[in-house]
Amino acid sequence: MSDPDFTFTIDGTTIPAKPGQTIMEAADAAGVYIPRLCDHEGLRHQGGCRVCTVKAGGRSVAACTQPAAPKLVVENETDHINKLRRDLVEMLFHEGNHLCPICEASGNCELQAMAYRLDMTGPTKFPYLEPCRAVDASHPDIALDTNRCISCSRCIRASQDVDHKGVFGYVGRGIHRRVAVNGSDLAHTDADITDHAISADVCPVGCIIRKGVGFATPIGEREFDHGLIGSDIEGKRRE
Amino acid sequence: MAEPRLIEISPVTRVEGHGKVTIHLNADNQVDEARLHIVEFRGFERFIRGRLLWEVPVIVQRLCGICPVSHHLAAAKAMDVICGVDALPPTAEKMRRLMHYGQVMQSHVLHFFHLAAPDLLFGFGAPAEKRNIFEVIKENPELGRRAIAMRKFGQDIIEATAGKKIHGTGAIPGGINRNLPIETRDRFLAVIDDMQVWAQDALALARGYTLEHDHLVAEFGSFPSNYMSIVREADGALDLYHGTMRALNSDGGTIFDKLDYTRYHEKLVEDVRSWSYMKFPFIKELGPEAGWYRVGPLARMNTASFIDTPLANAALDDLKAVTAGAPNNSTLANHWARMIEVLHCVEKIRDLLHDPDLQGTDLRATGVRREEGIGVIEAPRGNLIHHYKVDENDMVTYCNLIVSTTHNNEGMNRAVKDVAVKHLSGQERITEGMLNHIEVAIRAYDPCLSCATHALGQMPLQVEIFDAAGTLIDSRQQTSGQG
Ligand code: SF4
Ligand code: SF4
Ligand code: NI
Repeated sequence: MSDPDFTFTIDGTTIPAKPGQTIMEAADAAGVYIPRLCDHEGLRHQGGCRVCTVKAGGRSVAACTQPAAPKLVVENETDHINKLRRDLVEMLFHEGNHLCPICEASGNCELQAMAYRLDMTGPTKFPYLEPCRAVDASHPDIALDTNRCISCSRCIRASQDVDHKGVFGYVGRGIHRRVAVNGSDLAHTDADITDHAISADVCPVGCIIRKGVGFATPIGEREFDHGLIGSDIEGKRRE
Repeated sequence: MAEPRLIEISPVTRVEGHGKVTIHLNADNQVDEARLHIVEFRGFERFIRGRLLWEVPVIVQRLCGICPVSHHLAAAKAMDVICGVDALPPTAEKMRRLMHYGQVMQSHVLHFFHLAAPDLLFGFGAPAEKRNIFEVIKENPELGRRAIAMRKFGQDIIEATAGKKIHGTGAIPGGINRNLPIETRDRFLAVIDDMQVWAQDALALARGYTLEHDHLVAEFGSFPSNYMSIVREADGALDLYHGTMRALNSDGGTIFDKLDYTRYHEKLVEDVRSWSYMKFPFIKELGPEAGWYRVGPLARMNTASFIDTPLANAALDDLKAVTAGAPNNSTLANHWARMIEVLHCVEKIRDLLHDPDLQGTDLRATGVRREEGIGVIEAPRGNLIHHYKVDENDMVTYCNLIVSTTHNNEGMNRAVKDVAVKHLSGQERITEGMLNHIEVAIRAYDPCLSCATHALGQMPLQVEIFDAAGTLIDSRQQTSGQG
């Protein structure tokens, strides 16, 4: 016999949950959005970006990996937590080289959308690292602009767990750790345009580029033109 | 014997690119040489290398805050070629044309009402405080209202075709990313008659003003020169979006015609001078001395055989009558030429709005990749050439841009030297008259450095004289523009 279903609260709202569900899974099902960048539907949870940090029973935890528990009291959209999240997102912008107006991910980009949601309005207190890495366009169908990579590892997990390939992986340590391919360049890997890791929604930013697409989606029809990131999940609640 | 001295004039602009004039006096205080320095796009041409071809039409818009659409379209045309597309689907070409006419219209209206209207209403001698658009609106609210509405119409057209009023994404290699919904079309059709009437009124104003101020032509410059633009290949009609290159001399004689613009480098040579980032193009067969030429609205009025919209064509005939059909060399006539083009754009926009192709759904063509592509367009300020090479990995490896200001570079430098010789030689001190005349000489060419600050009336102009030891011996700044 399995454990019974239970409830807990997020910002005072009662959330039904099943045993084994993470806080984020239960919240998603109930139409409560918890911001996240590294977590992605269909990929194993990782708890890497910490944007989904919530306070559960007074402790800061990653909502994407922390199991829900009966009667747990979770804080999500508080000023304090959202400020921490904004700091994290700001640091991601400063760590990469993000020129949104000329980036084809603009309007479809989760980092940019998260910045809007969290009210990041301009340059911030952090220094710009402004990396200037060459674009890897060696593959006939795919290009990589790692200046925009936020090291979310979604491509790594997708390639390993879904494609069973290992095209992407980390190299370096600490602040120097970044995503690389398992060959001298993309052309010397077994990456293929049909890989899940290469599909449009795995990379949250404009780092993995499918050649030939460019700005084909007009302004007004891009993913985040009509609503804040997370509004699809929040919409479930009103239904 | 006195040492040679250097006079520096620095127009301080708010946005992109700024210019500086240095006048080199010899030991006898005579002008040796005058140079106009413009911070130019070399850096940009490097920046674009290593980017993917699909990004280019969007990236290049950052070249200019005033005419981004022109760069967007010229780059898209070049990338069409690189993507192996020689003919766009009709919907794509017509949407791009609509975007372009909207852009030329809003740019010309902005220029006319900001630069010309204060002079029209208040005269050249009016005090500096009066010489701006706010005073125009105060004095003549109806004119001001129309200026704003016409500009907004052009901007709304850009938004409807590119997605945003500035720095949109409409044109993509091989086509366009949207069509024009019926509701949007009807919104434009509802006001197109007003636009036409207002364009005709503005044209009448510009025409009357030019004819009335005929006596000022000498003072403001009548510069005989060669003229160059693209015109429609089949019949030489004015065509702002596409055509073949035509160059005429100051008497109207043909220098070259029907030149496929992908062969521009066979006719144009880009001279490089050590002191300037900006090149000096000239017509090869005439050589660097006689081969310089002008581009822009007046150049187009001179090169076009006719205009394919009736109202603008009648206006062109009217303009040509002044010079009995010969090229018009008067700088002042540029305002007139601009307003003819605004009327032309309104007529073109009306025709396009009535064309059901704008609601078509075939938006993008594909073809076999090529390595090199050239796109040319007539921007508001004149001919604009974008030239790229793209490697087998789809990365840009080469970029050459000839913008309107570059085409006009030699002409501007000559004009500055003319003024300098006339007004500076033998003088010890910088006078306000010198500043005015130099500024007018530069602005006559409407370079992009001033297009960034349309309200040039507020552009401070700094002149400094240093002696040979580098000590400042005279400095003068004026906060109001002249002309
Ligand atoms: S990846 Fe996202 S945040 Fe970075 S430049 Fe592109 S749109 Fe902006
Ligand atoms: S390439 Fe994209 S998916 Fe991969 S780690 Fe970087 S941002 Fe994440
Ligand atoms: Ni410009």
